[in-house]
Amino acid sequence: MCGIVGLFLKDKALEPKLGEMLSEMLVSLSDRGPDSAGIAIYGSGEKKKSKITIQSADPDSDFAGLGNEIEKAIGSKVEVIVKSTHAVIEVPTAKLEAARDAILKARPGVRIMGAGEVIEIFKEVGLPADVVKRFNLTKMSGTHGIGHTRMATESAVTTMGAHPFSTGPDQCLVHNGSLSNHNNVRRELKHDGMTFETENDTEVAAAFISNKMAHGDNLGEALEKTLTDLDGFFTFVVGTKNGFGVVRDPIACKPAVMAETDQYVAFGSEYRALANLPGIEDAKVWEPEPAKVYFWEH
Amino acid sequence: MPTVDLAKSSLRDLNQALHQIRKGSNETSWEVINPKGSHAVAAGVDAPVSVDVRGPVGYYCGGMNDGGTITVHGSAGPGVGENMMSGTIVVKGDASQYAGATGQGGLLVIEGNASSRCGISMKGIDIVVHGNIGHMSAFMAQSGNLVVLGDAGDALGDSIYEAKLFVRGKVNSLGADCVKKKMHPKHIERLQKLLDAAGVKGVRPEEFTRYGSARTLYNFNIDNADAY
Repeated sequence: MCGIVGLFLKDKALEPKLGEMLSEMLVSLSDRGPDSAGIAIYGSGEKKKSKITIQSADPDSDFAGLGNEIEKAIGSKVEVIVKSTHAVIEVPTAKLEAARDAILKARPGVRIMGAGEVIEIFKEVGLPADVVKRFNLTKMSGTHGIGHTRMATESAVTTMGAHPFSTGPDQCLVHNGSLSNHNNVRRELKHDGMTFETENDTEVAAAFISNKMAHGDNLGEALEKTLTDLDGFFTFVVGTKNGFGVVRDPIACKPAVMAETDQYVAFGSEYRALANLPGIEDAKVWEPEPAKVYFWEH
Repeated sequence: MPTVDLAKSSLRDLNQALHQIRKGSNETSWEVINPKGSHAVAAGVDAPVSVDVRGPVGYYCGGMNDGGTITVHGSAGPGVGENMMSGTIVVKGDASQYAGATGQGGLLVIEGNASSRCGISMKGIDIVVHGNIGHMSAFMAQSGNLVVLGDAGDALGDSIYEAKLFVRGKVNSLGADCVKKKMHPKHIERLQKLLDAAGVKGVRPEEFTRYGSARTLYNFNIDNADAY
């Protein structure tokens, strides 16, 4: 199964409530997948600053003193905000790659969940309600976000196997379904320089889209190509720095429902996820068509 | 009229109460409020009661219905009226995938659109959709009638048996062994009855095209032996 939610705000007044709204949507779908859960939030970024979200199995020792070590290595001030097993490290955008290298050198055990000017990603094994609480997600503000609750099929129940997957700057993807040609596509993407953290099929889909966008496609074009190049069952919800996209495979077994008002565009695997959104009674509610790409950009 | 508020009562309480209705009961008219996409609302009703559900429902609303009249004043998730035996289900909004799947009897009316696999493996149910239906509808449909006032998606009636399909709009493509058929007076009569039962006004049966089985898949064709 798996459950997916997504929320793209049009009304700035709702931005302080993004985390709260998205968390409630995700928790409502807990019974679609109790293995692990995750959320990517596109928050407010500072000019010329970027964020790297990292995860550690041993946060107490890994995160202690890490900020100073990175500062020393890259020669710029950084800020480290620890949230349970994750830490968000704010660095100058010009030093993003250097900071990434410095982190992995200083703490080879930590995993990089995602990086970009505005994205923050939090995911862990456990129920959505526990994950939401652990990272205090209800307090987060932002312009858009996506979430996922997982029932594992193609790879192990681990933090790294949880969604969202991020394979490019400010990009992330969640997936309901399973891909059958992911090994082949992974091999092709590796030839083109993409790197992979897991054996997971969804990571391949995320990397596929990142790769197409790195070659100049916009989000819509990259999503179109998933329909021809990826084989299997999928409903994808994708976030970029200023965009939000949805695509379902042509067979469209995996459920999806969307709602749009003047204030937001929302996605849920089921209507339950949308039921408590403001103004849902008068929203345009529809089931996204199979093999049709939908995307919105700020 | 009992009203069940699903924001306060559990789904199990509702369905158990509906299942416990005995013959001759005066409580024949029920209302359900705040369904908010709940699953299996009014599933397994087996008494001639009416249930008005005020709002959108999730999976399998009215599943296995046997004699109830269930009206969803909103949209329905996947599998509305799955395996219905008898009675009526009306969805005022849209229905998600596999509406009326494996239904054996009764009438399912979708006043909006139905998505993919509408009437898959239907076995005697009548389904009337005011809008359009999605791909792979009436796949392996065995008997009953599927009436569509709008258009049908790809692969309509793939591997169909003896169900009758009536489509007023265009059909994207027909599935294997599904063909266009002539409308005989008995089909016009049958269709008129279905349109009346579904409350469709201002639409004539002559506007529809009938589709059904070419019956070429019923028996093994020796020319295909090489394929195995």
